[in-house]
Amino acid sequence: MLAFTLRRMLQAIGVMLAVGIIAFAMFRFAGDPVNQIVSIDTSAAERASIRQSLGLDDPVLVQFGRYFINALQFKFGVSYQFRLPVANLLMERMPATLELAICATLFAMVFGILMGVYSALRRDTMLASLFQAVSLIGISLPTFLIGILLIYLFAVTLGWLPSFGRGEVVKLGWWTTGLLTLSGLKALIMPSITLGLFQMTLIMRLVRAEMLEVLRTDYIRFARARGLTTRAIHFGHALKNTLVPVITVAGLQFGSVIAFSIITETVFQWPGMGLLFVQAVQNVDIPIMAAYLLMVSLIFVTINLVVDILYTVVDPRLRSTVGRTA
Amino acid sequence: MTPPVLSVRNLEVEFVTRRAVLRAINGVSFDIAKGEVLGVVGESGAGKSVTGLAVIGLIDPPGRISAGEIELSGTRIDHLPAEEIRRIRGKRIGMIFQDPLTSLNPLYRIGDQIVETIRTHTNLSETAARKRAIDLLAEVGIPAPEKRIDGYPHEFSGGMRQRVVIALAICAEPELIIADEPTTALDVSVQAQIISLIKRLGRDHGTAVMLVTHDMGVIAETCDRVAVMYSGRIAEIGPVQDVVRNPLHPYAKGLMGAIPTLAGDDKRLVQIPGSMPRLSAIPPGCPFNPRCAFAFDRCRVERPEPIQQGAQSVACHLFDTAKETAA
Amino acid sequence: MSDAVVPHRSEAHAPSGRPDIGWFKRALDSDIFYSFRRSKLTMAAAAVTLLFFLLAIFASWLAVQNPFDPAQLQLINSRISPLWTADGQSPFLLGTDEQGRDVFSAILYGLRISLTVGVLGVILSGALGIALGLTAGYFGGMIDGVIMRIADVQLTFPAILIALLVNGVAKSLFGNRLDEMSMLGVLVVAIGLSFWVQYARTVRGSVMVEKNKDYVAAAQLIGLPAPKIMMRHVLPNTMGPILVIATINLALAIITEATLSFLGSGMPDTMPSLGTLIRIGNNYLFAGEWWIVAFPGLALAGLILSINLLGDWLRDALNPKLR
Ligand SMILES: Nc1ncnc2c1ncn2[C@@H]1O[C@H](COP(=O)(O)OP(=O)(O)OP(=O)(O)O)[C@@H](O)[C@H]1O
Ligand code: SF4
Ligand SMILES: [Mg+2]
Repeated sequence: MLAFTLRRMLQAIGVMLAVGIIAFAMFRFAGDPVNQIVSIDTSAAERASIRQSLGLDDPVLVQFGRYFINALQFKFGVSYQFRLPVANLLMERMPATLELAICATLFAMVFGILMGVYSALRRDTMLASLFQAVSLIGISLPTFLIGILLIYLFAVTLGWLPSFGRGEVVKLGWWTTGLLTLSGLKALIMPSITLGLFQMTLIMRLVRAEMLEVLRTDYIRFARARGLTTRAIHFGHALKNTLVPVITVAGLQFGSVIAFSIITETVFQWPGMGLLFVQAVQNVDIPIMAAYLLMVSLIFVTINLVVDILYTVVDPRLRSTVGRTA
Repeated sequence: MTPPVLSVRNLEVEFVTRRAVLRAINGVSFDIAKGEVLGVVGESGAGKSVTGLAVIGLIDPPGRISAGEIELSGTRIDHLPAEEIRRIRGKRIGMIFQDPLTSLNPLYRIGDQIVETIRTHTNLSETAARKRAIDLLAEVGIPAPEKRIDGYPHEFSGGMRQRVVIALAICAEPELIIADEPTTALDVSVQAQIISLIKRLGRDHGTAVMLVTHDMGVIAETCDRVAVMYSGRIAEIGPVQDVVRNPLHPYAKGLMGAIPTLAGDDKRLVQIPGSMPRLSAIPPGCPFNPRCAFAFDRCRVERPEPIQQGAQSVACHLFDTAKETAA
Repeated sequence: MSDAVVPHRSEAHAPSGRPDIGWFKRALDSDIFYSFRRSKLTMAAAAVTLLFFLLAIFASWLAVQNPFDPAQLQLINSRISPLWTADGQSPFLLGTDEQGRDVFSAILYGLRISLTVGVLGVILSGALGIALGLTAGYFGGMIDGVIMRIADVQLTFPAILIALLVNGVAKSLFGNRLDEMSMLGVLVVAIGLSFWVQYARTVRGSVMVEKNKDYVAAAQLIGLPAPKIMMRHVLPNTMGPILVIATINLALAIITEATLSFLGSGMPDTMPSLGTLIRIGNNYLFAGEWWIVAFPGLALAGLILSINLLGDWLRDALNPKLR
């Protein structure tokens, strides 16, 4: 167990190092860090001296080390567009993205699991086919089209929900939340659905497939031979065995939800990290791009690590490889 | 006279596939009396497992019982509503499957699985059920049961797991145990222990046992009677000494010729040339006729019905002619 | 393919009990050909996909104007609603936009761009993935380790993020020198780099299986080049899975391109793809000019849906083991 955790952590660090190299390469070679400081009419001599002072003439390895140490302290340089430290910009926008991603994930899990279980247990019903159809459409409609459709329906036509922004937010320390005001909650609905729909489809398909798979296993057959009630078999044995892999996948998907929020945030002008990133790509603001990559990777890697460890807690077979022996 | 614990009459089981209706069991009849062990042998695909599943009502669509009757201690159980047959499963009929490694839910402690089963069929309290679970584990020979009860399946060896499975099968004191190749997946060294455990439990509780196995040695040692199945039918059934020493049906003869003499030989039944026909291609007449050295014209057109020969019953035209000429 | 040089395929695989054209037999034997209802849906999807490709290919004959040619656009024709509405005007079937661009013509040309990027992206990612998978599987060891590690890491990141990054870096390196055509190239590269992993894994797995088979050693013994022989076996073996991945990825590639364009990092307004058209049209939604966004959106959704249906069907029919 300890060895497993350690190995996983080493892997995580390896991944972060790899991403760090890419981020550094972008920062250093695709963008010119001098641009962070100077304006267009700075003379070549001045640029050279700035280069010197920034250490851009040092060996690449030294520069990488410096970038890495800075990154560890959340110093990602200065945005070309805003002339502000990238770290501050990201921090300011992180709560919006995280709140959106969490709501979307909850939405996706609740509905995905319910629909998946239903369509596995009642395979031949109308409703199950409807869910299948919805899932196909959910996979086929690009996120931004879903967003536009929702806006047209609920904001433009019906006028029930706001079409952009976060509504009123409340400050809790450095965190800002939209969960405490009515307008904030209303503003969350459409973006959460838009962002969560794809994950919901995935979860539903996965739950359905897993559940059907589990229902075919020997231990379910044996549970039936023991005369357990259908209820106990479906919602005790089968569901528990289904949810272990499903929760793993859903957990791992949380990282993608954050990355996918790029699109949703653009459609709904949601002031999160994704919107910041899209604007950075449009305006070639390399420091923000590099930092966003690092931040998102960090979130990914952390989640993967946590999920892996949680998995061993849920599944006794993995837990005791080192622990108790028979 | 008390009725037998299990009585199967002219059972037919069909699987409806998109191409054809396959009859996996075709006119099977047999009884098992209280305390009796019936061995069932036959090549892979002969219909042994399907027969067992039919008895406990676990034939799932596209399969169905299309004809015949199954009686448990005198009451018909073959077309009970789902809920009623469920109450019988695990309570009056215990089932043991082939592979103990996959029969237990890996995510639940074995104690929880036993307690759950006990409480489904009795109204014992949680603590009483747990106590009973510990007793059961002790009875099936698991050392330190009060400790092992909180273990997960993967913490047990194959043989120990099969003991747990057996404990689960007998936890409501069933009248009938169906054991479908309970030792095939186990080490040779523990096979004998499991078989003698099943035999002992059957004897101690007066339980009827239907024991499906490929191991003729086990049959000879353990069973009171034996049924030889072929292509969904019973070729021969009778007391174990008679059938083993003096098999009548040509197929049974072949099988008995395959009994290994030395332990550790390949016990699979492979001596008869050719192989059993697929369900979709069972020849008319006697299903064994393409492989039978004694086959004659009648075998290719008319299906042989079971004929009583002393204590044995055999489905073969050879004996019908004998009877006709005698008469 | 000449089977004469290679040991008989059926022979090479007979011992494993699973002949390598098994998937094909299974396909002919599978439920898909049995279920007529399902295949009707699939036929419809195939027809719609074909129709979209034809529309794209013959765009210049079918369109009433060339929407990329500013000289053909007239402002008097701006913001005309679709033909069947009260204010509709011939020949603008689906209405016009702000600049008097015919929406129908724009969709045809946009479709052409979207499909071009999608197909080229799939070809590039497939070539890349197959090459890397063959390399990893054949050489094993360090090379395999590095390639598959990269694949693992990349797989945890959504393709859209990778595509956006590639895009941003390209912009930064080439600045505003990127004209429309090179933008199209950048998108193809971005998509190619985002989707190679699945091919690589599948091909690698297949190579690993083949590598240990006797005929490879035998071929080497009689002096035939092993890699070439293996390719002959591996590629037909993986055709099924690759076809499935490619179909599903075509839909994904089109979505990715559309998304990039929608986000403003893809095809420019001067040479719009469906995604670009949707981004432009989205601005008029509040003004009630729904047709400018609705029809490109419908076209995109219909295209992806029908490709996905085809992909689903292929996957069920060929039932390959995807990794
Ligand atoms: N769900 C099913 N659908 C179609 N056919 C089935 C199904 N289950 C069993 N059969 C068929 O019924 C026949 C009898 O199978 P059964 O499992 O009873 O054989 P068996 O005698 O137990 O063999 P083994 O020794 O391999 O366990 C076989 O031909 C099998 O193909
Ligand atoms: S009925 Fe005929 S074919 Fe069948 S076993 Fe008897 S002799 Fe052989
Ligand atoms: Mg069986």
